[in-house]
Amino acid sequence: MKKIEVNNLTKIFGSNPQQGLKRLLNGDQKEDILAETGMTVGVNQASFSVEAGEFFVIMGLSGSGKSTLIRLVNRLIEPTSGEVLIDGQNIVEMGKNDLIETRRKKLGMVFQQFGLFPHRTVLQNVAYGLEIQGVKKEERNKRAQKSIEDVGLQGYEQSYPKELSGGMQQRVGLARALANDSDILLMDEAFSALDPLIRKEMQDELLNLQNKLGKTILFITHDLDEALKLGDRIAIMKNGEIVQVGTADEILENPANEYVSNFVKDVDRSKVLMASHVMKKPAVHMMDKSGALAAVRKMEDAGASSIFVVDKENNFKGLLTIDNAIDAYKKDMAIETVLIEDIHEISPDTPLNDLFGVAVEAKYPLAVVENGKLLGIVSRVSILSGLVLGKEEVTTL
Amino acid sequence: MNYFTLPIEEWTNRFVDDWLLPVTGDFFDSISDSLRTFVDGVTNLLLITPPEVLVLILVLIAWKFSGKGLALFVLLGSLYLGSVELWEAAMQTVAIVIVSTLISVIIGIPVGILAATNKTMANIVRPILDFMQTLPSFVYLIPAILLFGLGNVPAVIATFVFATPPAVRMTTLGILQVPADVVEASKAFGSTKWQLLYKVQLPLAMPSIMAGINQTMMLALSMAVIASMIGAPGLGSVVLEGISTVNVGLGLTGGLGIVVLAIVMDRITQGLVRKK
Repeated sequence: MKKIEVNNLTKIFGSNPQQGLKRLLNGDQKEDILAETGMTVGVNQASFSVEAGEFFVIMGLSGSGKSTLIRLVNRLIEPTSGEVLIDGQNIVEMGKNDLIETRRKKLGMVFQQFGLFPHRTVLQNVAYGLEIQGVKKEERNKRAQKSIEDVGLQGYEQSYPKELSGGMQQRVGLARALANDSDILLMDEAFSALDPLIRKEMQDELLNLQNKLGKTILFITHDLDEALKLGDRIAIMKNGEIVQVGTADEILENPANEYVSNFVKDVDRSKVLMASHVMKKPAVHMMDKSGALAAVRKMEDAGASSIFVVDKENNFKGLLTIDNAIDAYKKDMAIETVLIEDIHEISPDTPLNDLFGVAVEAKYPLAVVENGKLLGIVSRVSILSGLVLGKEEVTTL
Repeated sequence: MNYFTLPIEEWTNRFVDDWLLPVTGDFFDSISDSLRTFVDGVTNLLLITPPEVLVLILVLIAWKFSGKGLALFVLLGSLYLGSVELWEAAMQTVAIVIVSTLISVIIGIPVGILAATNKTMANIVRPILDFMQTLPSFVYLIPAILLFGLGNVPAVIATFVFATPPAVRMTTLGILQVPADVVEASKAFGSTKWQLLYKVQLPLAMPSIMAGINQTMMLALSMAVIASMIGAPGLGSVVLEGISTVNVGLGLTGGLGIVVLAIVMDRITQGLVRKK
């Protein structure tokens, strides 16, 4: 089910937005409109939809219109044209009371600079949304208390925002958005003001919370790594337009245009998993005097139907399957003659993403070879677990 | 530069004589009456209360909101006013200051709020405030006499004109200074305009508003003294008497009394701001 649906949403700042809109629809460029009329196109005919329970990230550099876009979704900024459907209802055409009701019941928001009320305690901040709905004090404090616990801030209920660190303040911001129990969370650069360690911690906790609570999240960021980590799907914005929407893999592998590929090129290489991160030490058969029978025993010990063969210097020779080994033993042939040699050899710094295709087609595990020496093997299972677990977990295994 | 003649003086006088006084006279009379009742009521209350009780209350207030120093100063200042037989005059001045400050605040703060939230209103209010602050006070003392007669009523009106601008401006400033993301947060959670105002904007603007009230009070005090020229009773009239009889001693006696009032009022309202 679509929770948020945005169709042709446009925002033009300036003296005569309707005229600007006409020019935009005629295909005029944003730059020309600015130069000739002084009007700024903030968001240009953006369309996307967010499914219930989805984590949808909008990513763009500053000035790309992403913060304007998220404010159009809850109408903190009035759209010039287009529609925003929240649970199928067009928020753009709502009257004042319906709009307020929708904001209260369906949309929570978290801000980059936290936007906490400095004159209220943590508890009063978190309870604010319920307070303005007229929820009785006892009830609203109970619900606020629960979301304070959800974000791990118990004990700080009576503190004022200025007494808390940035990370804790944003927890208050998150708790405040959760307390209303709305299905949708709008998060505007929510973690951008935090230092990297706290930021990672908050990202992890947000993912946990989303798993637990199943919120639909619309998350704005300028950080591609953050987008890749958090987003089920990512929309990339440039100059007020959405240039690509897709999963992290789709965007990494098929950038829609040069802008996106430039973005993607900057992905921190150290965060990309490589073959050496996921390879395992294989059971190997050393090619010496011992013959085919010793190789069969080794396979039995390892419970494998094939074994990688190296020479004394650990130079990779090939793969010996159990059938071939038995065959060689019966016919009393040397192992060399039955080795499968056209095994996929990959270098240790091959990115995991590039291994997908190869691994799917290969019948046997991939051999990680450097300067002719066998370093390890990569199985299909280890590629997948590497992708699921991420770098830290794999390397610490 | 004399290309044409602009008979402002004549027009104004004809407007006042032919329309303002005959047509609106009754209306202004009724305002005048109710204001007089109000000011006299406050004056009488201050005078009926035994000075000792009043001083005790003031000392306690000073102690609570400012500290021992001010409490002691209130005591010494009151002893001074009593010893130079200016207690009654001081209370008359205080009554005018209280009433005109009240009116300034009751009208000024809502206007300030409107000016902060509505651009059109801001454009209307700004030139009016400029006008009120720069027009020499003697200029509106004259119509004040015409419309409200002599005594403490025109004094209150003139004081209101003179002292209201800071209340309006500081209220507007305070509300505009509330951080944009805090206002956005309030709206994003579904506050009505009214909830935004009294749950977020006003509490956060309070220090600024209190500073505005403090300024209004100080201006009201200085105007209450000038207003003695149109017959307002109080410390100002003592000073005025000193001037007209070239009595330096009398002028200083009254002047010191005004200083005492100014310091006490200023410190107490400032203390209120800090306590917030």
